[in-house]
Amino acid sequence: MVKSTIPPMFQVVVDKEKCRKCKRCVMSCSYGALGFTDRVVPDDKNCVACHRCVAMCPENAIMINESPLAYRPHASWTVEHRQGILKQAETGGMLLTGMGNDKPYKIFWDHLVIDACQVTNPSIDPLREPMELRTYLGSKPDKLEFETDKNGQPSLKTQLTPNILLETPIVFAAMSFGSISLNAHRALARAAYESGILMNTGEGGLHKDLYKYGERAIVQVASGRFGVHQEYLNQGSVIEIKVGQGAKPGIGGHLPGEKINSEVSQTRMIPIGSDALSPAPHHDIYSIEDLRQLIYALKEATNYQKPVSVKVSAVHNIAAIASGIVRAGADIVTIDGFRGGTGAAPTIIRDNVGIPIEMALAAVDDRLRKEGIRNQASIIAAGSIRSSGDWVKALALGADAVVIGTAALIAMGCRVCQKCYMGKCTWGIATQNPQLTARLNPEVATERLKNLIRAWSLELKEILGLLGVNSIESLRGNRERLRAIGLTDSEANILGVKHAGE
Amino acid sequence: MSWRYEKDISGCGLAGIINTRRELINGKVIMKSIALQHDRGNGLGGGFAAYGIYPDYKDHYAFHVMFEHEKCRHEFEHYLKINYQIDREELIPTRTHPKVPTHPILWRYFVTIKPDRPDLKEDEIGDQDFIVKTVMHVNLNIDGAYVFSSGKNMGVFKGVGYPEDIGEFFCLENYDAYIWTAHNRFPTNTPGWWGGAHPFALLEWTIVHNGEISSYGINKRYLEMFHYTCSLMTDTEVVAYLLDLLLRKHNLPRELALKALSASFWKDIDKMDKRERTMFTAIRQVYGSAALNGPFAILIGHNNGLIGINDRIKLRPLVAARKQDTYYLASEESSIREVCPEPERIWHPKAGEPVIIDLEKEVK
Ligand code: SF4
Ligand code: SF4
Repeated sequence: MVKSTIPPMFQVVVDKEKCRKCKRCVMSCSYGALGFTDRVVPDDKNCVACHRCVAMCPENAIMINESPLAYRPHASWTVEHRQGILKQAETGGMLLTGMGNDKPYKIFWDHLVIDACQVTNPSIDPLREPMELRTYLGSKPDKLEFETDKNGQPSLKTQLTPNILLETPIVFAAMSFGSISLNAHRALARAAYESGILMNTGEGGLHKDLYKYGERAIVQVASGRFGVHQEYLNQGSVIEIKVGQGAKPGIGGHLPGEKINSEVSQTRMIPIGSDALSPAPHHDIYSIEDLRQLIYALKEATNYQKPVSVKVSAVHNIAAIASGIVRAGADIVTIDGFRGGTGAAPTIIRDNVGIPIEMALAAVDDRLRKEGIRNQASIIAAGSIRSSGDWVKALALGADAVVIGTAALIAMGCRVCQKCYMGKCTWGIATQNPQLTARLNPEVATERLKNLIRAWSLELKEILGLLGVNSIESLRGNRERLRAIGLTDSEANILGVKHAGE
Repeated sequence: MSWRYEKDISGCGLAGIINTRRELINGKVIMKSIALQHDRGNGLGGGFAAYGIYPDYKDHYAFHVMFEHEKCRHEFEHYLKINYQIDREELIPTRTHPKVPTHPILWRYFVTIKPDRPDLKEDEIGDQDFIVKTVMHVNLNIDGAYVFSSGKNMGVFKGVGYPEDIGEFFCLENYDAYIWTAHNRFPTNTPGWWGGAHPFALLEWTIVHNGEISSYGINKRYLEMFHYTCSLMTDTEVVAYLLDLLLRKHNLPRELALKALSASFWKDIDKMDKRERTMFTAIRQVYGSAALNGPFAILIGHNNGLIGINDRIKLRPLVAARKQDTYYLASEESSIREVCPEPERIWHPKAGEPVIIDLEKEVK
């Protein structure tokens, strides 16, 4: 192959004074950015800034810099565009990437602020008073009916369809075994189980070893149907039909054969080393009626014991689509915004297709309310929830719960290097290479995930307290407690919030 | 229109009296009781609800309506005549009062619904729904007109001023009722608007409310799903609409409806027996968006009794007392002792536990 002429993005600097030539950095780099002769020799063009070497170096001898190489500035022909074209001219392929949209689109979370109580109503101290985060996902009837026995004691007459309890309104994102390692899957499953929330298997099935955590799992059924069988469906407590993903709406997935080792092959039910290709659409869903059939087929298969979720990417007509999904019988609608993450997607799609979750969520919650069917399904919002602040705002806009994917990966060690699609993740997460996966200790990762959930939940309780409410129901959909800063009137209108000062 | 779409932020004083054997209590008693809570208000709102005051018209809907000008009165009466048979209409009697320098035009109408009212052609709704529709229509669409109350054998008297002055202005010493509620208001952000005073009423239900509903945003959006339009300044209207929805439309047993509003804590639900746990879990699942959160004490008057309820951690005061067949509920004990110096029993209702007093029945 002709040597690439594209200049490196990063510069690896090893401090010769500090380095004691232990080679840990060299061993930790799976991208070939560090070699060794009589000293550490960096190969800058391979560096992805994953920080593994920096973290491993006992002497703090490594620094990664952004390349200071000057390009003649051009507002339209940015460095990124120029580099992209150079790469494509060399390879003739689509540009691939991992993680969510990294373009500087307006992030609406950062234009919303939260209310607080002052004087006229007291804030509540979460250390002294109960603060309730418990949430039930699933369809709720319009109203309840009761019957009274001969002693005048009332009891519930309405039969509710299955609802799933979350101790705190958050679930882990769908990340398949295959795209991430078994250790990572195990940590997510266990942390969800122990925190009383849910993990999502993603489209690659659930490894038999993790069945014991199944009651805290959303089991996904995607267009490739990998790993889907009756036992699998019955392991989970929620079934999710994956129609779309925020990072790559309207296209399928591709897990390269190199990632299909024997464990992945068994779980996915495909031969070792074969590429796992998920078709762009479900070939049995070409219309909303077809979706209804699949929803009910899955309900039949699991004896109407489990809520069925339908996950879609946030696209222009999301409100009408969500309404159709609810009318088709879904108990949960999961909406994934265009900043949602991925293990691999064409960069052009990740960065240009779909709409922000904030807008999509607000529009869907509004539409379902206008149609009087908001109670028929829970809404889960996904796509770049970065802190408990985003979480609170999503709940106030109308989400029953939010999804965290990237945040969970970061908790396990991920540095958002965006190279997940290469299968060389130095942190042992987005890889199946046994030497790399061994780096992720599932016990430690479980604890770290649990810590994150705990920390955010504490923050959520603190915010409920300053809002003067003591249960999550009083925040959910309560847009009155949000104000906009720096939004246009139509943006604020779509979000259903007033401007600050109003 | 500046008074619309602003949230009510207020502190307040409440008083309620009921005689369960329907013995009549003169208006002076409730005026004296609420007058003692003078300092809980700021002179921007006082009001009363009285039940049993129109025995001669007890089967008529009594509309108490305020008009900011004659034009809207004509508009209102035009609408009324199309749909209702008006058997009596008059100015609500008032006296000139030095502390009530200005007031809107105040009328009352005793009406029955015309069996052949025009809207039946498009929409077959029952009488009560039609009254609700009328009230919503008038309050929203007839600029300057506002319905104080619309129930049978009851009425709301309210305005801008201290309640004792408003009571005198309305000559309440001329009324005898078996249930009274009263309100002294301390709004902090609203101009003097007579409609903004409490009680807030819909059909026979009247609400006086001390507090702020921090969950207002979601309560309002929940009600909109059932076609209630919350458009007034006061968040108290959501209480009235929620009661209407849960009790009249969804037909929930009263205790359970109140538990939907002032929800039980999960820690308590988890300890209940299976029947109760199932019931209360479902109430929270289904009626979570109806739950009222934030500091409140509320008195609810209706044709068959009086209810007092607090938020579930009791952030606003509420005291109850009893002497023989008369029960008292108030923000302050002194307000009760002012008119009943030696009650047989006086107690502080538990947070979130409603006090339910029915006519001709014992307290629960
Ligand atoms: S890990 Fe640090 S000390 Fe060891 S060889 Fe690399 S740079 Fe030198
Ligand atoms: S999971 Fe691994 S490869 Fe993917 S962004 Fe994170 S650190 Fe990089």
